Amino acid sequence: MSKSTVEQPVERPEQIVAARRNSRYIVAGWIRELALLPVIVLLLIVGSFVNPAFFTANNFINVAQESAALGAVVVAETLILLTGKFDLSLQSTYGLAPMLGAWLIVSKEGQGLGTNWNPFIGIAVVLLVGLVVGTINGFLVIKLGFNAFIFTLAMLILLAGIQVGIVSGRTIYFLPAEFTYLGSQYFLGIPVSVWITGAIFLLASLFLRYHRVGRAIYAIGGNVEAARAAGIRVDRIRIGVFIVASLMAALAGLMTAGQVVAVTASQGNNLIFSVFAAAVIGGISLDGGRGRMVGALTGVILLALVQNILILSQIQTFWIDAANGLIILIALALARLIGSERA
Amino acid sequence: MEAENGGLSTRRPSVGTAQGVWKAFGETQALRDVSLDIGAGECHALVGRNGAGKSTLVAIFTGLIRPDRGAVNFGAQAAPGLADRAAWQRLVACVYQKSMVVPGLTVAENVFLNRTMGKDHGIVNWRALRSRARQVMLEWGFDLDVNQLAQQLSVEQRQIVEIARALSVGARFLILDEPTASLEKAAIERLFERIRRLKESGVGILYISHHLEEIYEVCDRVTVLRDGERVLNAPVSEIKQDRLVEAMVGAVPQKMTEIAAASRTSMPEQPRLEIVHLHVEGASGPVQDVSFTVGAGECVGLVGLRGSGIATVADAVVGLVKPTAGEIRLEGKSIQAGRVDATLRAGIAYVPEDRHARGFVPYLGVGENLTLSIIDRLSKRGIVSRSDREQVATALVEQLDIVASSLEQHVGQLSGGNQQKVVVGRALARQPAVLVAVTPTVGVDVAAKESLLNVISAACADGTAVLLVSDDLEDLRICTRLLVMVKGKLVREYRKPPWNRHELIAAVEGLEPTSEGEGTESRRGVSQ
Repeated sequence: MSKSTVEQPVERPEQIVAARRNSRYIVAGWIRELALLPVIVLLLIVGSFVNPAFFTANNFINVAQESAALGAVVVAETLILLTGKFDLSLQSTYGLAPMLGAWLIVSKEGQGLGTNWNPFIGIAVVLLVGLVVGTINGFLVIKLGFNAFIFTLAMLILLAGIQVGIVSGRTIYFLPAEFTYLGSQYFLGIPVSVWITGAIFLLASLFLRYHRVGRAIYAIGGNVEAARAAGIRVDRIRIGVFIVASLMAALAGLMTAGQVVAVTASQGNNLIFSVFAAAVIGGISLDGGRGRMVGALTGVILLALVQNILILSQIQTFWIDAANGLIILIALALARLIGSERA
Repeated sequence: MEAENGGLSTRRPSVGTAQGVWKAFGETQALRDVSLDIGAGECHALVGRNGAGKSTLVAIFTGLIRPDRGAVNFGAQAAPGLADRAAWQRLVACVYQKSMVVPGLTVAENVFLNRTMGKDHGIVNWRALRSRARQVMLEWGFDLDVNQLAQQLSVEQRQIVEIARALSVGARFLILDEPTASLEKAAIERLFERIRRLKESGVGILYISHHLEEIYEVCDRVTVLRDGERVLNAPVSEIKQDRLVEAMVGAVPQKMTEIAAASRTSMPEQPRLEIVHLHVEGASGPVQDVSFTVGAGECVGLVGLRGSGIATVADAVVGLVKPTAGEIRLEGKSIQAGRVDATLRAGIAYVPEDRHARGFVPYLGVGENLTLSIIDRLSKRGIVSRSDREQVATALVEQLDIVASSLEQHVGQLSGGNQQKVVVGRALARQPAVLVAVTPTVGVDVAAKESLLNVISAACADGTAVLLVSDDLEDLRICTRLLVMVKGKLVREYRKPPWNRHELIAAVEGLEPTSEGEGTESRRGVSQ
């Protein structure tokens, strides 16, 4: 008709324009994902000034090991967040799963039940707890439509209560070597837990990028109606993600138990705040469908560095939490300024 | 009419047929014995008031619900089972008003959402995906960058994505549900062009719209539903517009337009609302040096394309955006710019464009929504008087002819037309000095439109100064004066109704006037 600006210019040098546009989108996408990079570089500089021990391989390996478990739980929560839901009880799964496993395999002197089961059964129990909790959460939140916030909050309280209850608030010691392997051993000079978390991050990002189910996760979080209309099995995938996430949280709990060679009754307390902080700073949208694993990883690294610098700077221990919170707020503001339109 | 239908189907094979379809929801009979045949290469209009059964028919055609009686066929193929979504997708697709694209994904991925590229074991082959999507776009003549993120697309482009998705699966029967509802004029033209090309390629289209003039422009046949029954099915060329409206409504709708409007064209001495050299910068339609006045009892229509700045002017008047320069005066007094509460208190009421987001509170009752803006008047020391509220609300419900089971019924449950009446009623409850209404009749049926326009017109006759911002020419018949904006500037003014349709459209599109039209008075110097 009169002036069809959208369709007519088919003959113009499409390729060049398309290529240029294409690279522009890619660059824009990466800027969004890596908005935290300048902040991390800044932290590295600040850290080097604060304490000469900061910029050493040993310290970095230490930091990585300290935050490996957190990283695994962040991947778990990120998967759920991308589908547009969330699970607060991951922190209790992270605490209860290794507690139950350890309780069944450790002798009475070590505060165990005294059944002295084979350590491998204990590890199986750890994963089983993750499987069961994830299944319950997934079914009740997705199939029966319970509000995710209230339900997983109640679950969090219940599981944490069981964790304290079975050991009467005590700590389990004398864990067998098989049980602590993941958290305490090294492979090629780097802790096994770091290798595992690294692998989880890598696999999760590849899965999200290149697997059909990974793309479906984005579609579900972005527009459920559209996903359903396209024949994506929305409920099945969401429940599956809940289960996988709980399994990861249980595994992360096992890594932490191995690292401290004990399971405390308070393992996991307040972890979920750091998990959400890392995910959100890393650009994962709380509404679902937006954000990438790379972003979540930078969020974890940022939190870990902040924690490390605060400890090395020898400020009063009682002020560490406040400083931590303040820096998270600043990071959020910076990330928002650079990346724009994120959560 | 039935025989004719049979004759048609011999010439072109049908892509979708409903035969004697019945459907009831509880006690309401949504569809009674409805038959419909959409041929390949045909654009078939489906019209009817809200609640006539259009959505039910669409749901049956897309396999979302099963008819109680009757059958649906696609060409020679019978309808697949409801569970087999993939089979339905290969046969038919509906482009709804709500967006069915995933904002975080690229155009290419949206087109091939949840589909494989041959044997890939669940691994996405991005290169193949992009090239296939580009191929689809090229094949159907859509110019859309497939690497773009869907969240950056315009409404028009999102529609293209959804159409491309359906065509790429192999569907040759498209249902377009109010496709022009949020498109600007030029985009509508391009949509029609696209529809014509789809028809040439043998795609059959079921076109649902409240805008009858569109049906005359792009459709071949029209079917009218009323109260679940098919009351008309004929070639568009044989049906006059008034007969079409009559079929929809059941009786000739009352009109009180030209005469009433013409009697009130005189300009009052003291303008109530004055816009002086308004400049607004902003992403959605900047405004440059706009000046005009609205007097008491005047209804001024502000006309323009989307992005021409008409909505921005309205936002500035009610204080939603802060102008960079210029002044807005009410009764000669300058009002504080960029403060919604200040403008409301000064007596400017507002019917927002997006009624779902800014118009009403869905979980509150009709009565509460209607009186939300005058809650301070109905309460003593913070305690709201229930009886006072009911009195005011009942009067408004009667005045606006709002259909609701009670004053307590949640507004979210009402039909679109009644929701919009609540929004307008709330604005008028304050008895405002100035009413700013932005596209007040978008997406409502003919009868609701009629009564909305009548109410606004009546308020205007009572002395309210009305600024009606709209791109719907039907709305403008209640106006006493028209101002046309193009690209942020006021370009023309029309002072004498009735308005010349073609001339107005030409002016809105920014074209030069074809001849010396009757309403033309000034070209540039609109400000007094």
